Amino acid sequence: MRFSFFLKEAMRSVNRNAIPSFAAVASVVVTVLVLGVFIPVVQATTGAANEVRGRVLVDVFLKTDAKPADVQRVRVLLSQKTKHVGKVQYVSKADAYKQEKKRNPEAYQLLGSNPLPDTFRVTPDKADNALALRDELAPISASGSRTSIDPAIDKVENRKDQTGKILTATRVVKLAMFMLAALLVIASILLISNTIRLSLFSRRREVEVMKLVGATDWFIRWPFVIEGVVLGALGGVVAILVLLVSKIALIDPLASDFALIASPKTISFSLLVSLLFAASVTVSGLGAGLSLRRFLRV
Amino acid sequence: MAISERHAQQLDRTAARPDQQVPNVVEFRGVSMQFNSGDMGLEDATFSIRRGEFVFLVGHTGSGKSTIMRLLIKEHEPTAGSIRVAGHDLAKLDRKKVPYYRRNLGIVFQDFKLLPDRTVHDNVAYALQVTGGHRKEIRAKVPDILRLTGLSTKLHNFPDQLSGGEQQRVAVARAFVNHPPLLIADEPTGNLDPETSIGIMQLLYRINRTGTTVVVATHDHAMVDRMRRRVIELNGGRVVRDELTAGYRQDEVSTGEFGALLREPAPAPRRLPDPGDLFDDAF
Ligand SMILES: Nc1ncnc2c1ncn2[C@@H]1O[C@H](COP(=O)(O)OP(=O)(O)OP(=O)(O)O)[C@@H](O)[C@H]1O
Ligand SMILES: [Mg+2]
Repeated sequence: MRFSFFLKEAMRSVNRNAIPSFAAVASVVVTVLVLGVFIPVVQATTGAANEVRGRVLVDVFLKTDAKPADVQRVRVLLSQKTKHVGKVQYVSKADAYKQEKKRNPEAYQLLGSNPLPDTFRVTPDKADNALALRDELAPISASGSRTSIDPAIDKVENRKDQTGKILTATRVVKLAMFMLAALLVIASILLISNTIRLSLFSRRREVEVMKLVGATDWFIRWPFVIEGVVLGALGGVVAILVLLVSKIALIDPLASDFALIASPKTISFSLLVSLLFAASVTVSGLGAGLSLRRFLRV
Repeated sequence: MAISERHAQQLDRTAARPDQQVPNVVEFRGVSMQFNSGDMGLEDATFSIRRGEFVFLVGHTGSGKSTIMRLLIKEHEPTAGSIRVAGHDLAKLDRKKVPYYRRNLGIVFQDFKLLPDRTVHDNVAYALQVTGGHRKEIRAKVPDILRLTGLSTKLHNFPDQLSGGEQQRVAVARAFVNHPPLLIADEPTGNLDPETSIGIMQLLYRINRTGTTVVVATHDHAMVDRMRRRVIELNGGRVVRDELTAGYRQDEVSTGEFGALLREPAPAPRRLPDPGDLFDDAF
């Protein structure tokens, strides 16, 4: 009885304030949509960045004239005498040539001989140790240039620079998305709060009568709280439906092609949906509370 | 009639106490009210109202009648003095308890304060709904009170389909639906023509005769003088007169006679009872 009364009163207000209610719902829809896209995208990019990080390699190029004995010696050196080594993979001159030729047949057609050296691809035990590993294999001498610890080693290089760029890029994307989401959340709270304020205004007569006949403060407040939450929930549901449709229509068919989307680290859809719904209800409750605190001194 | 019986029963219960110990329904002791703007709404007002009295508050505009009403419903706090209602000091009443206190008051205003998008029935039921009344209670009380106020045929009308007098009857019905022991009306006839005003006064008198204390603020000196009820007159926030006007009658009169009193300065000639008067005499 009581709840149905509150709900009925709330719906009366929604009806009476159709336009501001619509604006509030629309802003919740946009907010939830952005959050719904933002959460999995950030998770996926973070996952991708971590994966790249995990793949940071230290390439140890041997001199082109290295003998098989040299190769063997460096292999032992890498796998047994060096710290921070995770995995060692040997790519012979011939293998490298084959790989590169496959990737760029014409260029290699022109080259008569094989210019590529034998290479060891060393994965450090931890991505952060990549630089330490490099320093160990090719310490910087007093003159500032690097000299390898083994005469057969020509150059030691890693791909740290690229990794750094990827990580910075994802951080920027994350920050931008976060700020956008925060702005939208604030806009939604304010719009809901404005709607409730208007509805307080249009129902000031009811509020006055309620106070006169002795309705308790919370009895007066509930219809407005419910109105706000109903608007928020409505926006949330609409946005979730849009997300669901686009997931089924767009993302799912592509998932097999893009590792990013299918990345196991992204949040499950049902959890995402419940989070978003909870967020829209919370946002609208906050918005309603804001107006009630400021404009309804009961 | 169900309503008067129920009310009579309630009165019987309270009447069990010795008369002397029954506290005054309203007691103002040196009450002053200064608004934030500096205006004095009320200055050192002292008066008391016994249970079952019908009291008029009169005075020019700005004399403090509405201020007394606002203080009574604890919308404002007095800046000095104490207000006791049924023996309880209003200053000690917790903010949170005010809604429960107001359920014991019936409040009627000049501008009716009806909800325009609700029918007569729903307007009255609203008072019960928002104080947590159940459907059963509403079904039992609302038709009763609408019969008492003569609105039975207008149940499903909206306020804008009613005359001013009928709208004020709805407001009175809403104020009285909980059978409050105290009913206060701030210029209930301010917007009504004389004949309609008499109807509303009769209704208030009828309510008074069920045992409810009634306080009415009004501008209408002429009508008050004809009524032979207690009058508290205010001027500039001070009580300047508190007396029973000449010809105040201790004995009860019927609502019909009461109406006649209002219509003519001279004592009413005995009329043939019409159905309306018979109905009234049931109280
Ligand atoms: N909320 C308020 N703030 C400031 N001053 C007020 C307020 N309410 C009333 N007053 C002042 O208090 C005085 C008494 O006002 P009140 O409303 O009680 O008069 P009244 O007797 O009801 O007049 P009326 O017959 O016109 O209704 C006036 O001088 C008025 O200006
Ligand atoms: Mg007034």
